[in-house]
Amino acid sequence: MAEVLVYVDHVDGAVRKPTLELLTLARRIGEPVAVALGSGAENTAAALAEHGAVKVLTHDASEYADYLVVPKVDALQAAYEQVSPAAVLVPSSAEGKEIAARLALRIGSGIITDAVDLEAGDSGPVATQSVFAASFTTKSRIAKGTPVITVKPNSAAVEPAAAAGAVEALAVSFSDKATGTKVTGRTPRESTGRPELTEAAIVVSGGRGVSSAENFSIIEALADSLGAAVGASRAAVDAGWYPHSNQVGQTGKSVSPQLYIASGISGAIQHRAGMQTSKTIVAINKDAEAPIFDLVDYGVVGDLFDVVPQLTEEVEARKG
Amino acid sequence: MSLRIVVTVKYVPDATGDRHFADDLTVDRDDVDGLLSELDEYAVEQALQIAEDADDAEITVLTVGPEDAKDALRKALSMGADKAIHVEDDDLHGTDAIGTSLVLAKAIEKAGFDLVISGMASTDGTMGVVPALLSERLGVPQVTLLSEVSVEDGTVKGRRDGDAASEQLEASLPAVVSVTDQSGEARYPSFKGIMAAKKKPVESWDLSDLDLEAEQVGLDGAHTVVDSAAERPARTAGTIVKDEGEGGKQLAEFLAGQKFI
Ligand SMILES: Cc1cc2nc3c(=O)[nH]c(=O)nc-3n(C[C@H](O)[C@H](O)[C@H](O)COP(=O)(O)OP(=O)(O)OC[C@H]3O[C@@H](n4cnc5c(N)ncnc54)[C@H](O)[C@@H]3O)c2cc1C
Ligand SMILES: Cc1cc2nc3c(=O)[nH]c(=O)nc-3n(C[C@H](O)[C@H](O)[C@H](O)COP(=O)(O)OP(=O)(O)OC[C@H]3O[C@@H](n4cnc5c(N)ncnc54)[C@H](O)[C@@H]3O)c2cc1C
Repeated sequence: MAEVLVYVDHVDGAVRKPTLELLTLARRIGEPVAVALGSGAENTAAALAEHGAVKVLTHDASEYADYLVVPKVDALQAAYEQVSPAAVLVPSSAEGKEIAARLALRIGSGIITDAVDLEAGDSGPVATQSVFAASFTTKSRIAKGTPVITVKPNSAAVEPAAAAGAVEALAVSFSDKATGTKVTGRTPRESTGRPELTEAAIVVSGGRGVSSAENFSIIEALADSLGAAVGASRAAVDAGWYPHSNQVGQTGKSVSPQLYIASGISGAIQHRAGMQTSKTIVAINKDAEAPIFDLVDYGVVGDLFDVVPQLTEEVEARKG
Repeated sequence: MSLRIVVTVKYVPDATGDRHFADDLTVDRDDVDGLLSELDEYAVEQALQIAEDADDAEITVLTVGPEDAKDALRKALSMGADKAIHVEDDDLHGTDAIGTSLVLAKAIEKAGFDLVISGMASTDGTMGVVPALLSERLGVPQVTLLSEVSVEDGTVKGRRDGDAASEQLEASLPAVVSVTDQSGEARYPSFKGIMAAKKKPVESWDLSDLDLEAEQVGLDGAHTVVDSAAERPARTAGTIVKDEGEGGKQLAEFLAGQKFI
C-alpha cells in the first residue's frame, strides 16, 4: 500500500489534535508515515502509533527553534525523498502552509491549502475546500507531482487505529538557506487553561456588543461552564478588549466547532469567513435584523447582559 | 544606495459583493467589482513607513492580473508608492499559486529589489503562501506574518505572533517580508496623492518580457485542478426567540436538546 507522509504538529512531544485528524484522513489514501521534528519528537510516537502511523520519522536539531520555517522544509523534503509517498499532508496552521508550499515548489508539485475534507480518487486525493467566506464548496486535485495538501483543524474525527509506529531517525542535512531568518526571541503565549480555539468543540465569542474588556468576563464565564474556548470579533480585538490570538474570522482564526455561540456580534462577511462551517450556530443580539441571525440554528433577540448570565447559570444548574 | 522596495498587490473581487465562479471554475471577475486586496494596503503602508525612515528608497508596486488590476496599482500609487508594474497576459488566466509565484519572482528579479513586501493573504484565494514561495524562488530569507517591522543597516527585524508564541525575527537584506493587519492602519490616499498618482509611471509587462512560456502558467500550466464548485446550501432557517426574561433559559433548553449540556 502507498505511504502518505503526515507532518506532525506537536509541543515538546505532545501531539496536537489536528495531526491526529490528519492520520484519519491519511488512512483513506494509504499508510501514514509521520514526520516529527524538534525537541520531544520521539515522544510523539506512542500517540501517533495509536492513531495509525506505521512509522514515525524523527529528527531534532537546534535549527528548528532558532531559524524560521526553512529547516523544517529541508527535513520534510528529506522524508519525502526517503519515503516517495503518494501524498504529503500538513496541518493548516500559518507555518504549516508555508512549509507545505515551499516543499511543493521544491518537488515540482502543486499545493492545495485549507482542505476541510479529503477522499481517495481515481486520479489522486480529492480535497474539499470551503471558499469565499464558506459560501462555496470546491473539490480540487493536484494535477502535477505528488499532492501536497494542508488540512484545517476539525476536518475529520480522531479515530484510534493501532499500528506499529516504529521510530526511525531521519537523516537531515540543512540547506544553506536554512539559517536565513534567525529567531532572536520567543515569548510563549500564556496558557489560559481553556481549549485551543481552533481545536475546541465549543467556541463562545463576544463582539462590540460586549462593550468593554471587563465585560468579557461574562463571555468567559459562559465558556468555562461549557468547557469552551473564547473567541472575539475584530471590533472587540481592535478595541483592545481581547487578544488578537482569539480573533475569529478572515484575519484571525478559522474555527469549525460543534457549537458556536456569538454574543454581540453582527455577523460581517469577514467574521463569517471564520465560523460559518460550525455545525450548530447560536447568536444573542439585541438587533433582530443583525445578519448573524441568517446563519443561526437558534437565536435570541435580546440584551446579552441579561441572556448570557442567565444561560451560564442555567448550564451550571443543569450540570448539578 | 537607494533601498529598492517591491510591494506585491493583488486585485480581488469585492468580498462584500456576490462572489462566484465562472464556467471554467475560475473566479468570475466580470460581475463583481474588483479592488486592491484590503490586506495588501497594510503592505503598502509598511513600505511607505520604511521608505520614510530610510535615507533614500524607491517603492514599486507590482501586480499580476487582468486589465482592471490597474485600479489596484493606482490605489497603491495614490497612497504614495513611486511607480508600478502590471504583468498582464491572456495566457495568465487561471494561474495557480505555484504559477503566480513564478511570474511574480521573475518580475521582481527584472525590476531589481532589496526588499519585497507582501500582504498576509489575499482576500479571495486566502492561501497565505505566496510570500513563502517568493522566498523559495528568489533564494532570500522569508520574514513573514509580521505585526511589527523595521529595517536598519541592511537588516530587517520584526515580530511574528504565532499560535504558540510570539517570535522576534531577523534577517539580512535582500528578503521577503509579509505583514498582517495588526501592523498598523493603512493611510487613506490624499487628494494630492490621487492627483500625483495619475502622473506616476505604470509599466506593462507580458510573459515574453519575463522570458516565460504560456505552458508554464495559466490553466494549462497549473499544478492544481478544480473539478467542481457548488454554492453552499443556505443554512435552514433556525428558531429565533425574543427575550422576554427567559431567553437564557430557552437557549439552555435548546442546547440541552442538542446534547451540548
Ligand atoms: C480585510 C478585513 C478583514 C477583517 N477580518 C475580520 C476578522 O478576522 N474577524 C472579524 O470579526 N472581523 C473582521 N473584519 C471586520 C468586520 O468587517 C466587522 O467590522 C467586524 O466583524 C464587526 O465586529 P462586531 O460584529 O463585533 O461589531 P458590530 O458590527 O459593531 O456589531 C456589534 C453587534 O452587537 C450588537 N449589540 C450591541 N450591544 C448589544 C447588547 N448589549 N446585547 C446584544 N447585542 C448587542 C449590535 O446589535 C451589533 O449587531 C475584517 C474587515 C476587513 C476589511
Ligand atoms: C477560492 C480560491 C481558492 C484557491 N485555491 C488554490 C489552491 O488550493 N491552490 C493553488 O495553487 N491556487 C489556488 N487558487 C489560486 C490562487 O489564489 C492564485 O494563484 C493566487 O494568485 C495566489 O494565491 P492567493 O491569492 O491565495 O495568495 P496569498 O498567498 O494568500 O497572497 C499573499 C500575498 O501575495 C501577494 N500576491 C498574491 N497574488 C498576487 C498577484 N496575483 N499579484 C500580486 N501579488 C500577489 C499579495 O501581496 C498577497 O497579499 C485559489 C483561488 C481562489 C479564488
